[in-house]
Amino acid sequence: MNSAAAPVVRMQGVGLRYGKAQALRDIDLDIPAGVMAGLIGPDGVGKSSLLALVSGVRALQDGRIEVLGGDMASARFRAHVSPRIAYMPQGLGKNLYPTLSVMENVDFFGRLFGHDRAERKRRIGTLLAATGLTPFADRPAGKLSGGMKQKLGLCCALIHDPELLILDEPTTGVDPLSRRQFWALIDDIRAERPGMSVLVATGYMEEAGRFDWLVAMDAGRVLATGAPAELLASTGSTTLEQAFIALLPEEKRAGYRPVEIVPHAADADTEIAIEARDLTMRFGDFTAVDGVNFRIRRGEIFGFLGSNGCGKTTTMKMLTGLLPPTQGEALLFGKPLDANDLATRRRVGFMTQSFSLYSELTVRQNLMLHARLFGLPEADIEPRVQAMAERFDLLDILDALPDALPLGDRQRLSLAVAMIHGPEMLILDEPTSGVDPVARDAFWRALIELSRRDGVTIFISTHFMNEAERCDRISLMHAGGVLVSDKPQAIVAARGAPTLEDAFIAYLQEAASEAPPEPARPTPASAGAGPAAFAHAANRSFSLRRLFSYTLRESLELRRDPIRLTLAVLGSILLMLVLGYGITLDVEDLAYAVLDHDQTSISRDYSLSLSGSRYFSERAPLANYDELDRRMRAGEISLAIEIPPGFGRDLLHGRPVQISAWIDGAMPTRAETVRGYVQGIHQHWLSRRLREALGETAVVPLATVETRFRYNPDVRSLPAMVPAVIPLLLMLIPAILAALSVVREKEMGSIINFYVTPSTRLEFLLGKQIPYVVLAMASFLLLVLMAVVLFRVPVTGSFAALALGALLYVISSTAFGLLISTFVRSQVAALFGTSILTILPAVQFSGLIDPVGSLEGAGRLIGNIFPTTYFVIISRGTFSKALEFSDLQSSFVPLLISIPTLIGLTAMLLRKQQR
Amino acid sequence: MKQQHVRNIAQLGIKELYSLLRDPIMLVLIVYAFSFSIYTAATAMPETLHKAPIAVIDEDRSPLSERIVDALYPPYFMPPTRITLSELDARMDAGLDTFALYIPASFQRDVLAGRAPTIQLSVDATRMSQAFTGSGHIQTIVLDQVNEFVRRERTVSIPPVELVLRARFNPELNKSWFGGVMQIINNITMLSIVLTGAALIREREHGTLEHLLVMPVSPFEIMASKVLAMAAVVLVASAFALNVVVRGLMGVPIEGSLPLFFFGAALHLFATTSLGIVLATLARSMPQFGMLLLMVLLPLQMLSGGSTPRESMPEIVQFVMLAAPNTHFVLLSQGILYRGAGLEVVWPQLISLAVIGSILFMFSLARFRKTLASTE
Repeated sequence: MNSAAAPVVRMQGVGLRYGKAQALRDIDLDIPAGVMAGLIGPDGVGKSSLLALVSGVRALQDGRIEVLGGDMASARFRAHVSPRIAYMPQGLGKNLYPTLSVMENVDFFGRLFGHDRAERKRRIGTLLAATGLTPFADRPAGKLSGGMKQKLGLCCALIHDPELLILDEPTTGVDPLSRRQFWALIDDIRAERPGMSVLVATGYMEEAGRFDWLVAMDAGRVLATGAPAELLASTGSTTLEQAFIALLPEEKRAGYRPVEIVPHAADADTEIAIEARDLTMRFGDFTAVDGVNFRIRRGEIFGFLGSNGCGKTTTMKMLTGLLPPTQGEALLFGKPLDANDLATRRRVGFMTQSFSLYSELTVRQNLMLHARLFGLPEADIEPRVQAMAERFDLLDILDALPDALPLGDRQRLSLAVAMIHGPEMLILDEPTSGVDPVARDAFWRALIELSRRDGVTIFISTHFMNEAERCDRISLMHAGGVLVSDKPQAIVAARGAPTLEDAFIAYLQEAASEAPPEPARPTPASAGAGPAAFAHAANRSFSLRRLFSYTLRESLELRRDPIRLTLAVLGSILLMLVLGYGITLDVEDLAYAVLDHDQTSISRDYSLSLSGSRYFSERAPLANYDELDRRMRAGEISLAIEIPPGFGRDLLHGRPVQISAWIDGAMPTRAETVRGYVQGIHQHWLSRRLREALGETAVVPLATVETRFRYNPDVRSLPAMVPAVIPLLLMLIPAILAALSVVREKEMGSIINFYVTPSTRLEFLLGKQIPYVVLAMASFLLLVLMAVVLFRVPVTGSFAALALGALLYVISSTAFGLLISTFVRSQVAALFGTSILTILPAVQFSGLIDPVGSLEGAGRLIGNIFPTTYFVIISRGTFSKALEFSDLQSSFVPLLISIPTLIGLTAMLLRKQQR
Repeated sequence: MKQQHVRNIAQLGIKELYSLLRDPIMLVLIVYAFSFSIYTAATAMPETLHKAPIAVIDEDRSPLSERIVDALYPPYFMPPTRITLSELDARMDAGLDTFALYIPASFQRDVLAGRAPTIQLSVDATRMSQAFTGSGHIQTIVLDQVNEFVRRERTVSIPPVELVLRARFNPELNKSWFGGVMQIINNITMLSIVLTGAALIREREHGTLEHLLVMPVSPFEIMASKVLAMAAVVLVASAFALNVVVRGLMGVPIEGSLPLFFFGAALHLFATTSLGIVLATLARSMPQFGMLLLMVLLPLQMLSGGSTPRESMPEIVQFVMLAAPNTHFVLLSQGILYRGAGLEVVWPQLISLAVIGSILFMFSLARFRKTLASTE
């Protein structure tokens, strides 16, 4: 061990907390350079946090970290060192883009590190060949198996020849053969590049045996460091798992007893609890489970061993009736499984890998709910819950919420819930994943007791070899098929392998040689370059290549996401239709009726004057007040005119008469419009009438007001609304899409790629913005087309001015969306936050309804700085007022100012690290 | 067996209520939607004429023209800007004024001489709301001022036929009455879809849905429990809003029978909660649900007749919207709450809601079963 060399990572007094939770406490650690160093410990002890700090993904809170000889707290140093570090986060394919193909994924990383086309081609070629991914270059990353995803992740990490490779649980959930291949690949790479340091976190203790140097961690602290042999020697253990348990603090080991397996006293006469006959499940053309057969006897513990996605969960779902098999059948206690037979469900308990508990209900409420749903008699529920709580050691936490509990407690609660109705069989889908070894062993003791004492049949799936060894019998599963079923010892013996894992791999290789090839052992991996020629080609300054690599990737992703694409393309069209027709205030063909007490030619002339206009349409006349009341109440008529008796006679004699009009006031805006129309028609009738009766000269008004409605002579809603709705929609939807594009990456985790690569904030932002600007311009053209063709609202002014205004405006609105994305975390928040923050100012304060000048206070201030205000002026000017560019210059200036302001602000607020 | 059915639905329903109780965001949303949102929507309905910008070209400069200009004052109008005729077009083009009043030279003299001169009013008709009511308003003001001015000089005969206009159900055409109640209706729709959809998606994302399905519980019970629980929450909240906020705080009189209204609301909720389930089965995740919501909710609210009258929409839109529960619910609510309509008037809406609700419920149950079967 070259401990003489300077350590690759040096940590002093490092601490990290998330809110109240302390993830790391006061860590002092020197990790030697040029070795393969491993962090070991179960989930949640701080391994991932530590790696995130070392890679620079997460911002340092307390203490000091030096990586490759520099201070990671310095942004300058991080920018300088990022091309020398590669980081592969936890989770299968976490930093990959699932809709992008293998090739596109690697290519994106190559562009980020500034390689030119020829260089990328060469490097990607070598890497894909080395990892055996070449035949799958066009397959979307999301459709790869777990092992292949990890290899692809490795390709993406290695494309720039890093000096420090950080891998966070790279093999969790991967089948043993792929796991072995993965480590072989790493060995090859290290042989090529002996100077490279590798830092790995893992939960598999067996795997850690092959590392050069280990850090054992628990509860945010370092328990011990040293070579595997040293750890074994110092604890006097034979396996690393035992060594780890021995290293745990006293209180955690309290009550720890090794698992003792009582052999299952099964004979041929014992009843068969479950039987699978040729179970097959196909999803489309993908066969998830292919002809699985087994028989499990009562009281047996039967294990299903396999990697993620090999069909374990699907098989279990078929056994529980959740999925009807495509072919074959499952027998439960000798009877064919019927998904609709609720009675058999009472005999089975089920526990899934995610411990599906109601996190909103307390432990007690969870137990009670399940007891009730299983129809336990009300009197038995209380004692049963009590008994389960005692048996699974939940008494102290009965009133706690599951989310507040450690994983081990949640796991016991899950088991208690699954056992609440006293089932004869338990189906457990990876019940121990992520749980620490001590809790895991306690869980197994409970299982063994259930099986041996209570005769419960247990069907369990796992990807831990040592757990599989505890089962009475196991099935090895791979790619939807069962490779072999037998007692664990028998399987090992049959292959003549030293361990169960070796036996499993032997079966996998056998299967692989028959089946179409998942690539065999790779050729030696020369990750890329010759000596350091390109190693640090990536530089700090602004790079168009990196910017466009974001643009390219964003466009590809958008094209493959149907719902977002629909929103982008159809959203504005749909909303334009809705708003165009929905905001119209025109009153046309309003139903009215006349209560004519007079019935003379004059009164009929009056009512004709109403029906003659396009605003009103006459219904059957009214006979009396009761009818008036009834028909208006029913909403059948909105206006009633009452002409008094003797109307014609009085009028002719010049006696004052009164006509009454009742308007339905339920909808006040409409009522006001109606009132205006009725008044107008009344006046018009009156003057015509007087002219006819009394001659032209008789009535001379004192003065007249001649109203000219400019730009929209008929005062119709559509010509007024359409030019105002376009700015609204070009704000709302582009802003939402732009905000989602960043927040989505935050939620999916791929934003890590921005943190760890040498991209600058501006490259990231502008790169992501471009596709949305293009998309928004396309929808602008569509909206204008709709306005002209569908709504018949022509562009009377300069289209060029309108288009230029739209371009500036959508750059501004997408930038506004990006700005919002800097302070929201979830997509849902981004969606609704952006909607509220754009709709309110755009509708209320931007001159859409009332001119900004008519507003007061904050509304006016917002109206004056919000870009929509100015685009509304441009849009109305070019649509309705026949204006040219020169008339509108003053409205372009604020748009021009808004762009650098918004983008600058966003770049300032966007973080280059997690906090 | 039947009894177990009902018991399961009740148990699951109670669980939904507990879940809601522990979800602060949804609680805030409910409280906001049924108090502040209604209050602000009702009181913030803009008076159509408020501080309208107006310019005056006064070439007369007489006592009468001064009188007219002085009569245009806040809050209806901004203090008038005096401009010249040559400035007019540019100012209107730039959108500085909504109205421009042109009083020609020797206006007063012509009025007194009985030559009936004409005042020109230019209106920027792209600003619909101000343009329409404002022009009528200005016309009345001008003529009133002229009449009053002349009346001092000589007597004027009153027009022989008077038109008496009365607004039924809302005599002062108070907009907050309309705004408040319509906002309740919109929020009933919005919340029922959001709550039910989110409850289903949350359950699916947490994996607890599968867990329920391996228990002796049928998909029908799961769905019915969500529909019932969320509808009950929305119903209670809207009852509170209608009685306390709208009737109490804002003093809006309610004409008709509240039990009948809430019966209608329950039928409407039956339809919209089912719609929430349908959307939740279409969306794969909460964000997708949000996007779908945006595209579904807005048309439902805008085109149902709740914000603008149905009869002014194109016939095809009116016809298509008959399939939406909102349309019928808006008709029913306006009838009952404003016009005091009874069962004999609103029964067609009740039947429509029941039919639409049943169809949506059956459809969502079918979709729900289908997505359960295809979960991977």
